[in-house]
Amino acid sequence: MTSDDFLNDRRDGGTFPAAAPAPAAETVIAVDGVRRSYKDGFEAVSGVSFSVARGELFALLGTNGAGKTSTVELLEGLALPTSGTIKVLGHDPYRERAAVRPRTGVMLQEGGFPSDLTVLETALMWSACTTGARPAAEALEMVGLTSRAKVRVKQLSGGEKRRLDLALALTSRPEVLFLDEPTTGLDAEGRRDTWDLIRALRESGTTVLLTTHYLEEAETLADRLAIMHQGQIVTAGTTAEVTAAHPARIRFTLPDGVPAAHLPLSLQAGADGQRVEIRTSTLQASLHELLGWAVESGVELLGLDARSASLEEAFLQIANTQLRSRADDPRRAGPRHGSDRPTDGSTPNETKKVTA
Amino acid sequence: MTTPTTVADSRTASTPSGRSASLRRLNALARAELILLIRNRSAIFVALVLPIVMIFSIRASLEQIDLAGTGLSVAGAALTGGIGIVLVQVVYMNLVTGYVTRREELVLKRLRTGEVTDREILISTALPSVALAVLQSVLLVVAGAIAFDLSAPKRPELFLLGLIAGFVMMSALAAATSAVTRTVQTSQLTTLPLFFISLFASGIFVPLDVFPDKLAAVFELLPLTGVMTLVRHGWLGGVETGDLVTAAVAALAWTAFAVFAVQRWFRWDPRG
Repeated sequence: MTSDDFLNDRRDGGTFPAAAPAPAAETVIAVDGVRRSYKDGFEAVSGVSFSVARGELFALLGTNGAGKTSTVELLEGLALPTSGTIKVLGHDPYRERAAVRPRTGVMLQEGGFPSDLTVLETALMWSACTTGARPAAEALEMVGLTSRAKVRVKQLSGGEKRRLDLALALTSRPEVLFLDEPTTGLDAEGRRDTWDLIRALRESGTTVLLTTHYLEEAETLADRLAIMHQGQIVTAGTTAEVTAAHPARIRFTLPDGVPAAHLPLSLQAGADGQRVEIRTSTLQASLHELLGWAVESGVELLGLDARSASLEEAFLQIANTQLRSRADDPRRAGPRHGSDRPTDGSTPNETKKVTA
Repeated sequence: MTTPTTVADSRTASTPSGRSASLRRLNALARAELILLIRNRSAIFVALVLPIVMIFSIRASLEQIDLAGTGLSVAGAALTGGIGIVLVQVVYMNLVTGYVTRREELVLKRLRTGEVTDREILISTALPSVALAVLQSVLLVVAGAIAFDLSAPKRPELFLLGLIAGFVMMSALAAATSAVTRTVQTSQLTTLPLFFISLFASGIFVPLDVFPDKLAAVFELLPLTGVMTLVRHGWLGGVETGDLVTAAVAALAWTAFAVFAVQRWFRWDPRG
């Protein structure tokens, strides 16, 4: 996929600025105290505020059911929030739809196309409905679907459908692009291609808001990110800022016959039989102390693994924290909504909590 | 180099009042919908074959009835009834399925993320079916003139008023019915009430004059009765002005209600 050629070729003669304008970055998306309740009283979004500057790539992370899609749908102008305000490009995306839509591109988490149209027919229909549209063939080429142009939508694979959806989102040459889980269902190569495309778009000055539950995706792409949990933003900032608050981790297994109690107390290690985990905010010092002890005691630390705080650590810690007990909160006892509800309570493998 | 702001401005400027853009969008969506209609064999069957079958069965049933008091010939009653059939089957029943299909496929939701307005989505979905119905109505008038010695519509303005009200009302009632229809399969059930009421009590199968006066007076209030009266007597003539006024008022009132119902109750997201 060579997306740069397309991005530099704007039909109205102008080009996107090579980089986001530096002085006083304009706020493109402003979300303030937004709540969204469904008819049955379930509150999917419970007071969310954030802003995205022009040219920024902002990622909303969260487990399934955290409220990402419910939030993004409000930004896309598909529904009104129960309370709070939203401005996209200075306008209310729901009430001032006509002012906002020509300048945004949207990829829904689950978008639909008539199954009996071909890929090209779908793209042609969409481009005819769009002001200053990219030609359909060009949009398809950007996402690598040119060879599938004559295939009916119902015969596409899940990944191909996602890419068709992305092609349509790009048709308006959007200033602001909303991508709701853009790579779900893609294979590794498709995911990398999509990442390259998103990066190229960002390079050309497009503001991107994406949701994902792939931590790697947020880590590689996002300038800033926010982690949502149970309808609220729990933490936000750059990857470095988000991870700074979390401890580094050391893991190893002690040989039989060496109880964990023999470890230096200052390490505040937590043990499960012979398996030991240490959380520390001073990784280098703790490692030094640990290794020194191991040498002195003649102990071999099996499977020694030390790592700085990662987004994954931060994420897991948040995901495992019950902010409010779901059972105690009647608003959260309601039925599931859409596909953004937890299907398997999928907080990845439980980590034992040992605080350094 | 253009700053993003000027890009935005020029883009807003290139979307003037938007009438031409709106027509372009309607055209694009209706064209896609037409392709889908042509590729949908069961819809094509319903649209092309069933009306003919129904007209023959209307004729068969009319031969059992004494039409003497109605001033209608069997052919006149059958062909005007045929237009009613087209309205119910080709427009109403076909479109309920159409709206439900697009909603459940999440097409409506996807379309609403773009520049297309809600009204454009609803109208463009209806256009191919309405166009087909117009074509069939014209064919019925031509067939009446050539094969059955019927005249061209005697009061074309009433005939047209009836047809147009019928198209709008049936499309809007289809959209409203889709709101209470969970799946494409259940649309075969949810369309039945209006189908039967219209066929037997709005004058499609049996002219209203055949019923006792009190019953006929009630039937006049049904959705399609006013439309049928306008179409039948706009085409064949021979009815009092008072009845035509009643019919026009009923037709327009139901049309207005149907449009209101869509605005109030239409569902864009899947029911589930």
